[in-house]
Amino acid sequence: MKIFVCIKQVPDTETRIKIASDGNRLDLAGAKWIMCPYDEFAVEEAIRFKEKNSDATVTVISAGPERVKEALRTALAMGCDNALQVALPENADSFMTAKALAKSIAAEGEAHIVFTGKQAIDDDAAQVTQAMAEFLDMPAVSVVLRAEYGANQIQAEREIEGGSIEKYEAPMPCVIAAQKGMNEPRYASLPNIMKAKKKVIKLVSLADIGVTADEIKISYSGFTLPPERAGCKMLEGDVPTQSKELVRLLREEAKVI
Amino acid sequence: MAKIFIYCEQSTGKLKKGAIEVLSNACTWGSEIHALIVGKPGSLGEAAAEASKYAVTKVHCLENDACDTYSPEGFATVVANTAKAESADVLLTSLSAQTKDFFPRVSVKLESGMASDCTAVSLEGDTLKATRPMYAGKCYANVEFSGAKPAIATIRANALGGIKDSTGTGSDIAHVAADAGNIRTKVVEIVTSDIAKSGTIDLTEAERIVSGGRSLKNAENFTILEELASVLGATVGASRAAVDAGYRPHKDQVGQTGKTVSPVLYMAFGISGAIQHLAGMRTSKVIVAINTDSNAPIFQKADYGIVGDLFEAAPQLTKDFKEALS
Ligand SMILES: Cc1cc2nc3c(=O)[nH]c(=O)nc-3n(C[C@H](O)[C@H](O)[C@H](O)COP(=O)(O)OP(=O)(O)OC[C@H]3O[C@@H](n4cnc5c(N)ncnc54)[C@H](O)[C@@H]3O)c2cc1C
Repeated sequence: MKIFVCIKQVPDTETRIKIASDGNRLDLAGAKWIMCPYDEFAVEEAIRFKEKNSDATVTVISAGPERVKEALRTALAMGCDNALQVALPENADSFMTAKALAKSIAAEGEAHIVFTGKQAIDDDAAQVTQAMAEFLDMPAVSVVLRAEYGANQIQAEREIEGGSIEKYEAPMPCVIAAQKGMNEPRYASLPNIMKAKKKVIKLVSLADIGVTADEIKISYSGFTLPPERAGCKMLEGDVPTQSKELVRLLREEAKVI
Repeated sequence: MAKIFIYCEQSTGKLKKGAIEVLSNACTWGSEIHALIVGKPGSLGEAAAEASKYAVTKVHCLENDACDTYSPEGFATVVANTAKAESADVLLTSLSAQTKDFFPRVSVKLESGMASDCTAVSLEGDTLKATRPMYAGKCYANVEFSGAKPAIATIRANALGGIKDSTGTGSDIAHVAADAGNIRTKVVEIVTSDIAKSGTIDLTEAERIVSGGRSLKNAENFTILEELASVLGATVGASRAAVDAGYRPHKDQVGQTGKTVSPVLYMAFGISGAIQHLAGMRTSKVIVAINTDSNAPIFQKADYGIVGDLFEAAPQLTKDFKEALS
């Protein structure tokens, strides 16, 4: 039974964003790269499934340049069995990424479940889960807080507006995208980290899976930093005075109440 | 003239606020506007009538018994087929839990480029121009579309400045039996949270948010923020520290690993302003910070600041807003 988990390597949340001098890309030299936090829940879910199903193997896949091997090794150290790097250029969009992941999974054999994180915290596009499922011709449930796995079907709960829950029943094979809180991701132990360093990571080229550069459907230009605010107006006096002044300013100056 | 298609999400027969925001704004662009509404036959009359109040060329009610409840596969099939058959140049929608889920499938079916969660969209001639935040709002970029038509964009709530007045004269409404394709998974049950039941607006859609941090000290103390929120018609949010301490559920968390919000007014009580919190609320129109520490980083991103104790300030503000708004 083949279980796949797709992970993305992203700059950590403390990273200061610098725009390259041509304005058309980001300068991420010096960023600290981590596994996307949502993908940690996906990896944990895949490993827990394996622990309950002795015939399951977990293959972790990341699409991206050489550096993504580091994230793959983290997933191996957590307990994944095999790792695969799809050599994807940095400017790939969600469409191309989803297609490359789908074709690499299909090339590995019949998937039982494919796990992803609900969103990557770099481009924040949140497209790859359902797009990949579409390429794989599989059902998918995204933003999943809880899942129960039967022999042929998954019962999944998805978070929507206001904390309400949509319940789904999906046949396998199926794609499941993890939301924060689905589980508590484990830390890799030192011996497992050492073992993961020695594992072979399979490299898949775009030519191997028949994906070409014209699969990119959007590109970015004209990067800007968020506009600075005019500065904070500090309100003077005691609390009742400050409070009345704030109400007045929000009404007369900012015109928001 | 560009043919613009707008998917309008409906819930129990009513158009969602975000859908009306996108529809009403697109109607000011001087293009040919088509509204798409999906549901089971006989359930879309009210929503269609609402959409037809705007200057829309045509309202398409795409109907199938299988679309009685939401399914990513079914809704994607219906919307993609219609956009293709009608040769849409642009396909837009308001970002929501539902559209975030199924629109990526539409983009694959149409081999179109898609920009998610845009904070600005406009037309230049027949070409869609879109701007979207990345890295949780730490930067913005313009999107160029090179895929097949239509260019697809989902738009963040409140990004277009709210709903514009209706200018239509009652447009054409078509009821179409739509093919929903092969649906393997769909919603079997919705468990409505107490918040949703109470009619409180979701954080991501709220025009006003009152947020509290670790300094509230316990769950009960959030009552003082709830009281203020109820006077303002606001939704209560929280920092991660407050959520991790168990004062509020995770669905109330604003920030990088919580909700991204963009209200007209964001009031932060006892929130330090960590980069991960700012990531979730920095696009708010007006930010007010109340904090005992005049050096708290939140003041660097705020428009108005009160250096003071939130336990004094919140009840006082509740009283003063109540007076001002009555
Ligand atoms: C990967 C990652 C993801 C994260 N995601 C998020 C996220 O999504 N959202 C988020 O919020 N954080 C997130 N964080 C955590 C973030 O770094 C901060 O730790 C958190 O936002 C701090 O919450 P706080 O402001 O409530 O608490 P603190 O930083 O402890 O600040 C409390 C503030 O209250 C003030 N104060 C104390 N008493 C009073 C009083 N009586 N009246 C007025 N002011 C008072 C203090 O001066 C202080 O400024 C994330 C961190 C990481 C590493």
